[in-house]
Amino acid sequence: MKQRNVKGAVSRREFLASASAVAASTALSAPAVLATGRPRVVVVGGGAGGATAARYIAKDSKGAVDVTLVEPTRAYYSCFFSNLYIGGFRDFASIGHGYGDLAANHGINVVHDWAISVDRDARTVGLAGGGSLSYDRLVLSPGIDFRPGSVPGWDLSQQNRMPHAYKAGSQTQLLNAQIGAMPEGGVYCMVAPPNPFRCPPGPYERISMVAHVLKRTNPSAKILIVDPKEKFSKQGLFEDGWQRHYPGMIERIGPDFGGDRVEVRPDSMEVVVDGEAMKVDVCNVIPAQQAGRIAALAGVTDDSGWAPVVPRTMQSRADEDIHVLGDASLQGDMPKSGFSANSQAKVCAMAVRGALTGSKVFPARFSNTCWSLIGTDDGVKVGASYEATDEKIAKTDGFISKTGESAELRKATYEESLGWYSAISDDMFG
Amino acid sequence: MRRRPGFRGLAGRAASLLLALFALLPVTGAESADAERGKALYRECKRCHQVGSGAEHRIGPHLNDLFGRAAASSPHYRYSPAMKEAGAGGLVWTAATLDAFLANPRAVVPHTRMSFAGMAGPDERADLVAWLRGFAGGGAGLPPAEPTATPEEYGLDPGVLAIPGDPEYGAYLAGECITCHRADGAVEGIPSIVGWPVSDFVLALQAYKHGKRAHPAMQLVAGRLSDEEIAALAAHFEMAEIEP
Repeated sequence: MKQRNVKGAVSRREFLASASAVAASTALSAPAVLATGRPRVVVVGGGAGGATAARYIAKDSKGAVDVTLVEPTRAYYSCFFSNLYIGGFRDFASIGHGYGDLAANHGINVVHDWAISVDRDARTVGLAGGGSLSYDRLVLSPGIDFRPGSVPGWDLSQQNRMPHAYKAGSQTQLLNAQIGAMPEGGVYCMVAPPNPFRCPPGPYERISMVAHVLKRTNPSAKILIVDPKEKFSKQGLFEDGWQRHYPGMIERIGPDFGGDRVEVRPDSMEVVVDGEAMKVDVCNVIPAQQAGRIAALAGVTDDSGWAPVVPRTMQSRADEDIHVLGDASLQGDMPKSGFSANSQAKVCAMAVRGALTGSKVFPARFSNTCWSLIGTDDGVKVGASYEATDEKIAKTDGFISKTGESAELRKATYEESLGWYSAISDDMFG
Repeated sequence: MRRRPGFRGLAGRAASLLLALFALLPVTGAESADAERGKALYRECKRCHQVGSGAEHRIGPHLNDLFGRAAASSPHYRYSPAMKEAGAGGLVWTAATLDAFLANPRAVVPHTRMSFAGMAGPDERADLVAWLRGFAGGGAGLPPAEPTATPEEYGLDPGVLAIPGDPEYGAYLAGECITCHRADGAVEGIPSIVGWPVSDFVLALQAYKHGKRAHPAMQLVAGRLSDEEIAALAAHFEMAEIEP
């Protein structure tokens, strides 16, 4: 496995190009354009990181870079806003997106296949359908996979009995159907994940949306959260909202009461907390997470299960020809969110274009905002800006909604989230 | 899967339908409309629209001689595709169409770039329309147009408006903006920032930067932008293509 120190260094090809330029001709100053054709970028994963990176590299290089996007699904269902579908605020089709515009508007070669291997020396990506793709730069944005064994009794073969619904699509629809089919006065249980995980407020927004539905359809139902964490994102805002909208409906078992000692029995629909078994009607198991498997197969993850990156360029610390974006990356202070991945993708796209076409590279800047819906017209948000240091992406400043805000402001915050969804969808797929 | 591609046709159809409806609708409150109250209400519009002698296009088009004119027909203003479609579809500004547009702009012209949620009160709308009607008859004798936002309003050194912006840098910085503000300028819950005059753009961001306009996300974004970076963004968004 090759290891290179990439911190602050020019890429090998930039170095070679400038060396050969000196040797051959002073007029040859544009780095890295291969004599055999356009430089090639392969992007693995068509979510907020990958789709944005592919789109920006193709769009801003105006065809000078050959971009291939590898994504197994033909229709992408965003995890962000999938809770709003469960809450009845969106229809399922409205969180689905196709890849046609990326091909038609930007000339991106969209390959619907699974990337199953990376040969870093040959710089090729192997596909499940056979064949391989060569790259000059590889962008990995595979999102998350679940850590085997993190919830005893649960594995992927049980995901129909106990859905995670933490990769949006059929799982989201399944969970929605199960909530709809709960018996009167039944129990919905969520096994919440330990840190770090995709979308920190996501499980708690989901609780809000499940409560919103049950309050109307099944008001004597109960919601139980089994949570291994002491604290969670926007906790004060959620707990205040739950008290106002859904009093008495939601109970959370934290680590003090065994929330970190949980086991599930899918066959009997039981959840065992600290040795005590409970029968539940819906069990939404969100296991512990790690980088999407292709990152580990490429050898760019570390013991944490995530892929360490150089903040300024999102290059892997293990291989300067590979960039890792979004949830899969280990970058510092940014939460794992679609907004973060989209922000990181723009920095990555600029760095990739700079390396391959000699285009201007500006200082990296990152930002994130996460909106959550607690009840009808009751939106909250948390946001921050970040900068690249040598060690990590470091938070510089931030804000969060406050308890006691006016109904008008909460409604405006919710409406703002609709505007954001519309804009980021267009920024990814338009 | 995506709703957008069909909207232009829809906008045209919506406009024609509305025209048919307007013939049947009484203009509520017209008898008691008060142009002086309308003048006060116009303050909300003034940030984007000038009206009166010497009025110019700013973030929005000027509003002189509005009545009887087709939508999107004022020369030299870059209208949204949605507004152009509505104009081509037969939308003409009258007291009735303005009343409907002011009540819910996005219902009359879906995907309009006008970032205004709407004015609920029929009497207020009638007052505002009465005030605008006073500017229907040509330039002679009209009061001079009031400016939109000025540096003085925000206690800002007018020199920052003169900083030249680098549109290439602005295009990169804009990546942070268009995660939330649609690049094509359509308004779906977050205001359009496309096609603004440079001075309006700079003033707005400087106001957020210095806490003179309230919005936590915008204060955060603007707070770390230098004067040069704000100028770069303004240069980019003034020229940005309204359609991708």
